[in-house]
Amino acid sequence: MIHGKPHIEFRDVCAFYGSKQVLRNVTFTVPRHSVIGVIGPANSGKTTMLKTINRTLDFIGGARFTGQVLIDGENVADFRDPNELRRRIGMVFPLPVGLPLTIYENVAYAPRRRGVTAKNELDEIVERCLRQSVLWDEVKDRLQMLGTRLSGGQQQRLTLARALSLSPEILCLDEFSIAIDPVTTMRIEDVLKELRKSMTIVLVTNLVQQARRLADNTLFLWRGEVIELSPTEIAFSDKPKDKRTYDYVNGIFG
Amino acid sequence: MHSMAGCAARIDPFHVMPEQVTNKSRRKFNFLDSIEKPTEWFIRLCGWSSIIGIAAIFLFIFKEAAPMLPRLDWLTFFTSPRWIPNPAPGNPASFGALALLAGTFTTTFIALIIAVPVGLGAAVYISEFAKGKVKETLKVVIELLAAIPSIVWGFIGLMVLGPLIKTVFTAAPGSWWGHVMVILHLASAETGAAQGTNLLTGGVILALMSVPVIVSLSEDALRAVPDSFREAALALGANPWETVRRVLFPAARNGLLAACMLGMGRAVGETMAVLLATGHNNRIPAALTDPVRTMTATIAAEMGETVFGDPHYRVLFILGIVLFVITCSINVASDLIIKGVKKANKA
Amino acid sequence: MNTAPVSNPFAPTQFERRKFRRANLNKWIMFGFCAVLVIPLIAILVDIFVKAAPVLSLDYLWLNPANKGKEGGLWAPLVGTFYLVIGSLIFVAPVGILAAIYLNEYAKEGILNRVIGIAVTSLAGVPSIVHGLFGLGAFVLVMLPAVNSVIANPNDRATKWQAGLLTASLTVAVMNLPVIIASAREALGGVPQSFREACWNLGATRWQTIRTIVLPNSLSGILTGVILTISRAAGETAPILFTGVTFFKFVADTGWEKVFPYNPGEPFMAMSMHLNIISNQISQMPEGMKYGSAAVLIGLILFVNSFAIILRVWLRGRKRW
Ligand SMILES: Nc1ncnc2c1ncn2[C@@H]1O[C@H](COP(=O)(O)OP(=O)(O)OP(=O)(O)O)[C@@H](O)[C@H]1O
Ligand SMILES: [Mg+2]
Repeated sequence: MIHGKPHIEFRDVCAFYGSKQVLRNVTFTVPRHSVIGVIGPANSGKTTMLKTINRTLDFIGGARFTGQVLIDGENVADFRDPNELRRRIGMVFPLPVGLPLTIYENVAYAPRRRGVTAKNELDEIVERCLRQSVLWDEVKDRLQMLGTRLSGGQQQRLTLARALSLSPEILCLDEFSIAIDPVTTMRIEDVLKELRKSMTIVLVTNLVQQARRLADNTLFLWRGEVIELSPTEIAFSDKPKDKRTYDYVNGIFG
Repeated sequence: MHSMAGCAARIDPFHVMPEQVTNKSRRKFNFLDSIEKPTEWFIRLCGWSSIIGIAAIFLFIFKEAAPMLPRLDWLTFFTSPRWIPNPAPGNPASFGALALLAGTFTTTFIALIIAVPVGLGAAVYISEFAKGKVKETLKVVIELLAAIPSIVWGFIGLMVLGPLIKTVFTAAPGSWWGHVMVILHLASAETGAAQGTNLLTGGVILALMSVPVIVSLSEDALRAVPDSFREAALALGANPWETVRRVLFPAARNGLLAACMLGMGRAVGETMAVLLATGHNNRIPAALTDPVRTMTATIAAEMGETVFGDPHYRVLFILGIVLFVITCSINVASDLIIKGVKKANKA
Repeated sequence: MNTAPVSNPFAPTQFERRKFRRANLNKWIMFGFCAVLVIPLIAILVDIFVKAAPVLSLDYLWLNPANKGKEGGLWAPLVGTFYLVIGSLIFVAPVGILAAIYLNEYAKEGILNRVIGIAVTSLAGVPSIVHGLFGLGAFVLVMLPAVNSVIANPNDRATKWQAGLLTASLTVAVMNLPVIIASAREALGGVPQSFREACWNLGATRWQTIRTIVLPNSLSGILTGVILTISRAAGETAPILFTGVTFFKFVADTGWEKVFPYNPGEPFMAMSMHLNIISNQISQMPEGMKYGSAAVLIGLILFVNSFAIILRVWLRGRKRW
């Protein structure tokens, strides 16, 4: 592994929906095997930022971005097959989506598309991912049930399990805990602390305390601009680089 | 502290094996994945099929009609009711399509007079008032109405409705009913309808055929009105009927208009039903129960008798072009109206 | 009732009561419109089936028509309609479904998509007789000679393909294209976009997503559309009038030939055409025969349609999300 290079690097990234600019010259780096917490008020472009990383912005009509997003020094725009890129990045969006397949097949979906067919290998992946997303104990006896029949929070963990099924090197979580109860959230946070040993995590969250608990660095995004990127202790201290960060974190924003 | 310490984990959840899954060389060959590129091209080609289809239709009909286009006496075509494609030897043929146009438009008009109120009323009832089983049943009936083939409708017109209409519109010479019919233009002769298959029969049959179109599209349009509109109206104390009249009709106006236009398109283009039910008589109708003849029926009835390539054959294709242009304009216009609504709703 | 000087303030006023009555009346008027549709339809169908009852029997379906349709049954036209439906489905089902996939899954909002949309609507509005003219101009007059120049022996007229099942099937296929596109598109649109996005986020390609998630979950809806196309193809007359249907064609009464009577390059008989001719072009046709063939055609269509209805009800019962 090349330790010197940042794992994710944004250089002057601007994103647009039609003529509306959503990201303005976003520039930052994320070291390998670290957790970056992304906080910011609604509509600040956090989700859009994640969509530039795995290029799912391509699927939205009229959306585009300029600048460079580098994964391991490789520009995502230069990937001839963006799906190759997407397989390296686990992505969890806020709304829980259980695919209309069995729970087992939900998790095995991506590996199967990669050509993994051996039963024992798939079993192993399914169990590992369900354990990692703290769902295994609840569903281990009914893996053949439809994934869409699970509760909202369970489906959200299923989504997480799916995202982990290809053992991605980067895991992007976009407000993953909104549908999940606090106790389970804490357990997942424990898992994330373990997972960071093997992957880089981008944690977008509305719960600033969650960022504080998990993130090594915290990025404050506001109206598409990076206001602050500093180690979490500094961002949450009394004296962050920017006054607005202090205000936002302490809820006196506006 | 760690929550999973308790379970006897056969699999260490944090054992990472990225190379195992993502390693390219291990990837098994999948036939369905391998045909992705050609499939996508084939899909794209099929996507264009409707453009190809519509262009081909216009092209081939135009091709058959083309030699006649400059030679046809267009003035006669549009202003004379004299349709004499096969004259007695020595006389010139005359292609005056006025009566055919009149036949098409009068039957369509009668059909719309009946079908629009019935269709809209039924749509409102189904979408706003009917509940549960009644609603389901009515929807199924409308669907069956749409499924009955046009030749069967023609048969119904000829065998069931025609005799009925003939009975109603028959009078003894000099009777009051005969007078009334002549005065009101219900029949052109005092004795009443000459035959059961006539303008009225054709119009009623066409109405029954366009009602399902109008109902299902109007219902879509009404369903597209957000429930918040209804709730707001009811909260202001409007009763359901006022809600329909003052809120739903204005809100769904374009969709309802488009529905009626498509119903009209269906009536204009209908062939077999009018061939059997309108009496097939080339004249401009003067009364409601006069037999008429439409453009579509003329093509259907006469094409078989023509000689390939002669003027009659080509003029029938010209009639086809006229029909094509009329129905296409109706459909495209209604499509634009509906799309306009969608855009307005989004904004 | 007049004991209480202060009346209930929530009781309807005169005006409100009148309004309410009128509203109720309007409701019944609209119900009347529905009745106007339902009652005559049922009356007519009952009338047709009652008058057809004397001739209806299994033999009526199984025997070939004889003596210009005045005797015998309906076997030959039934078989012809069957092959016409199959033939047109072979062409239209794949193309239409793939076109719907293109429109729903691939096409981006834009001018091309718009043009295709307008083409589909215009195609849906083309009158059936114009489709017949098109079939004559394109398939009979242009395609057949081309086919014959390849397969036929120029010295033997018998080997030439004529207007028949092939040309008629193609014409009906073109006519049904917009129907199948619209219904398949609706079925595909019923699959939530979030499923697709979830798959794309996992690195599944568009094609994999369609194959594994979108199609399996819209298949029954697509199938419903296909069934409706079948019923439409079975009843059409105008498009096949000049493109291959004939009123009479000899069909063997027994054996293999009875089941496979027509080859694609031969005129064929069809139910709709049969009904058309016997109902108004042959004098002294027994009433029973006319009503009989109408009843069989209606029965056929209702039978096919009820499949679509049952499928839809069943579908609603087993929604997967
Ligand atoms: N598909 C889209 N089309 C057009 N505009 C969009 C689209 N998605 C997002 N936007 C706009 O982009 C801006 C940023 O959206 P984004 O979803 O990135 O914000 P966010 O920071 O994730 O907000 P939240 O915290 O509410 O999730 C918003 O103003 C939104 O309206
Ligand atoms: Mg967001």
